[in-house]
Amino acid sequence: MNTPRRREPPAAGPDQPVVFPAVTRSTLANGLAVWFVERRQLPFVSVSLFVPAGSVIDPTDLPGVSSLTADMLDEGAGGRSAIEIQEAFGRLGATLDTEGGSDAMRLSLSVLPQHASDACGLVADLMMRPTLAADDFERVRTLRVNRLRQLRNLPSAIADQAFVRAVFGTHPYGHQPWGLTDAIERTSVDDVRRFHEAAYQPASSVMVVVGSLEPADVAAMAESAFGVWKNGSSHGKWGLAPYPDAPRGTPSRVILVDRPAAAQTELRIGHVAVPRRTPDYHALVLLNAILGGQFVSRINLNLREQKGYTYGAQTAFDFRRIAGAFVLQTSVQTDATADAARESLNEIAAVRGERPPTADEMDFGRATLTRGFARNFETTDQIARALTQLATYDLPDDTFNRFVPAIRAVEADELIMAAQRHLHPEELIVVAVGDATKLESGLSSLGLGAPIVTAVDI
Amino acid sequence: MTTMEGQRIDIPFRKHILGNRLQVIIHEDHTCPLAAVNLWYHVGSKDEVAGRTGFAHLFEHLMFEPSKHFGTTYFELLQRAGGQINGSTNTDRTNYWELVPSNALELALWMESDRMAHMLPSLTATAFETQRDVVLNERRQNYENRPYGLAIIALSEALFPADHPYHWITIGAPADLREATLEDVQAFFRRFYHPANASLAIAGDVDPDAVLALVEDYFGACSAGEAPPEVAQAPTHTTPARLVLEDRVDLPRLYSAWLTPAIFADGDADLDLASDILAGGKPSRLYRRLVYEQRIATDVSASQNSRELGGFFAVVVTAVPGVGLDVIDRAVSGELETFAREGPARDELTRAKALTETAFVSRLQRVGGFGGRSDQLNSYNVWLGDPGYFTADLDRYRHVTAQSIREAAARHLQTDRQVTLSVVPVGHADLAVPGSNPVEVS
Repeated sequence: MNTPRRREPPAAGPDQPVVFPAVTRSTLANGLAVWFVERRQLPFVSVSLFVPAGSVIDPTDLPGVSSLTADMLDEGAGGRSAIEIQEAFGRLGATLDTEGGSDAMRLSLSVLPQHASDACGLVADLMMRPTLAADDFERVRTLRVNRLRQLRNLPSAIADQAFVRAVFGTHPYGHQPWGLTDAIERTSVDDVRRFHEAAYQPASSVMVVVGSLEPADVAAMAESAFGVWKNGSSHGKWGLAPYPDAPRGTPSRVILVDRPAAAQTELRIGHVAVPRRTPDYHALVLLNAILGGQFVSRINLNLREQKGYTYGAQTAFDFRRIAGAFVLQTSVQTDATADAARESLNEIAAVRGERPPTADEMDFGRATLTRGFARNFETTDQIARALTQLATYDLPDDTFNRFVPAIRAVEADELIMAAQRHLHPEELIVVAVGDATKLESGLSSLGLGAPIVTAVDI
Repeated sequence: MTTMEGQRIDIPFRKHILGNRLQVIIHEDHTCPLAAVNLWYHVGSKDEVAGRTGFAHLFEHLMFEPSKHFGTTYFELLQRAGGQINGSTNTDRTNYWELVPSNALELALWMESDRMAHMLPSLTATAFETQRDVVLNERRQNYENRPYGLAIIALSEALFPADHPYHWITIGAPADLREATLEDVQAFFRRFYHPANASLAIAGDVDPDAVLALVEDYFGACSAGEAPPEVAQAPTHTTPARLVLEDRVDLPRLYSAWLTPAIFADGDADLDLASDILAGGKPSRLYRRLVYEQRIATDVSASQNSRELGGFFAVVVTAVPGVGLDVIDRAVSGELETFAREGPARDELTRAKALTETAFVSRLQRVGGFGGRSDQLNSYNVWLGDPGYFTADLDRYRHVTAQSIREAAARHLQTDRQVTLSVVPVGHADLAVPGSNPVEVS
């Protein structure tokens, strides 16, 4: 057992290059971009449709109309009812998912290759010919209101909404894509019809196909399904009004949402940060791996592995199209809330000053990010998702092939400068969802003023 | 490797049994430069006893602490090599996996074998106590502080008798976790964590001969232990019960549950397809009637929970505001009676099978992780002794008929064997199914 081989960890072989699969790009006459990656390990196809119709273009008085529109796509289309649409997909063994996100609507389809073309025909009905009937809308709106009602009891959802509201304020990023109850109740089927007409345009959309098909079949499939899709009169690059300006940071404070007798405290700590296209992207990804992006990052080792305060703690730069947020998320035991927040604030401040990333941490961060990168492109859906990101954030075609060399090239001084430029201790906002009677005095001691007690905002 | 309707799914593999009885399965596929290591220990909360619950899962946490030849947590070296690492515990088994760039496969095998052979002496009281706090926080996060999170505890207690280990859930009871000692977990390790109780699958961009040599090298010297004793099968039916649990929720939710056949037993695939036909997607019977047409419910789901010693089937329906669970209960019972009497329509069965086939192929795209090829090879190996059961597994679903599904529903989903749990907002026991007895869960 204790052979010499046993005593030392075996070294890994030389790093293998990560090459993103080749993408065949074409454009239909109506401007719809069609991107195809051939992937043949299993007979399987993933299709994604990207439409720049996320909640960032929700009209200011109607937060949530974008995701209601996404929900309505398969509630009746092309002469079929909601039930008949899903029956038709089901006969093809095809599963459909629509995600109304903050920057984009993504529709994704999983199907065996022999049924891909028929399934795309159904998807085309959803995109071009949704019925958007008043009665269906009434039903879907009620389902949404009831879902929001349930989220009001879910601590993580309460904390996420309180956090984006505190950080982004009245900017459309200040509400989750699913919207806010009072606005959903105000939304009418005509609002959804207008939103669909303006935001769903072939010239600003992208169809991504990944799987075991021939390029010629994909071209034929795209043309037959979407060739007749017309751009509307309000056709412009983004359909609706131009994107709002990026929001600005605000001074630190503590927001407390009372949840009497809560079993734990849900914590969010962060501030406004930069968009996905920031030139510091790779430095920030590396910084995050060191600070809180991995199991062995500083934050999780501190809060979980040393203190046992939580099941887990992570940080992330939530990069979006026109801004972003830096956010630490965790769920901690009630009596450790103030200590966990204090430790977190200290760790965030320390990484940009008194305890900058060490050479070993930088090595670790570079290694874990670059060597682990290939994992992101194993399945057809992963590849389709990756390509959708290029469209969502308007990124260059070679983004994924540049990732590994760019992470390797981040120098120590660049990393520290990125930390100083993009982490702002004086703007960190602490959101705590928990038992206010047990939290108030502890949170007051953080030096960020008395907690501002806020009602659930969903 | 191809599949079409009715065709085979071939995941080629080699299986070896080492001298210490460790079962080793190797599957080669060079599509991505990735290698998956997946190790099952045939131990779960079914191996615990009343009053000492939560051990199997607590132990899983301890397996990520330092071992004899690495002084850091389990994550450090593997994440540095670009690996992804996780583990999970359920009632029946504990699995651990690494998904690494294929050039780091040897490191993953070295790490897994080191903790199999040398974990125990390195385990400190401090690490043990910290991980117990982490698990108590996991329980708070995933059960106590989550709407409807305690329902599964009440349901398990009602479905399974107090002397059967499915009576409690895997996370365990807080009091038991607090009373656990380092000696307890050491004894647990010795009993269950050894080659004779494990199955190791390696899949992906690997050379099978080289892998086998490495496995012999690293795992071969681990001492074989004794296979743990078998645990009794779960009973086949339960005492009917009507229960009500008050929780911090806005909308009342009804859980209807029955004991059903074990994983891979007769009726398991039928009930799996039945759950799809009853509550999977908009065309399903319960969604269509309760959510789409009558609009008395806001969501529905159903599942056949297949387990080693016996399964359970659950239908879960959340009412809209103003609708009591007695209305939901009557509607669900009515649909189930019709289904058990008439069986599925031809089109319903065709769609359920087609969707099952797509989902099956989709899961097999990944070599690693939960449900990926390496995990599935171990699943078939541990439950059936046949890692290559893929086509046969899909055939279980292909061979289901309207008749067999109707019979399974009629036999297993009977109202006189049903546990009905109403979860209602605090102070609103009146919304529960009439005649329900209050339960308390901590």
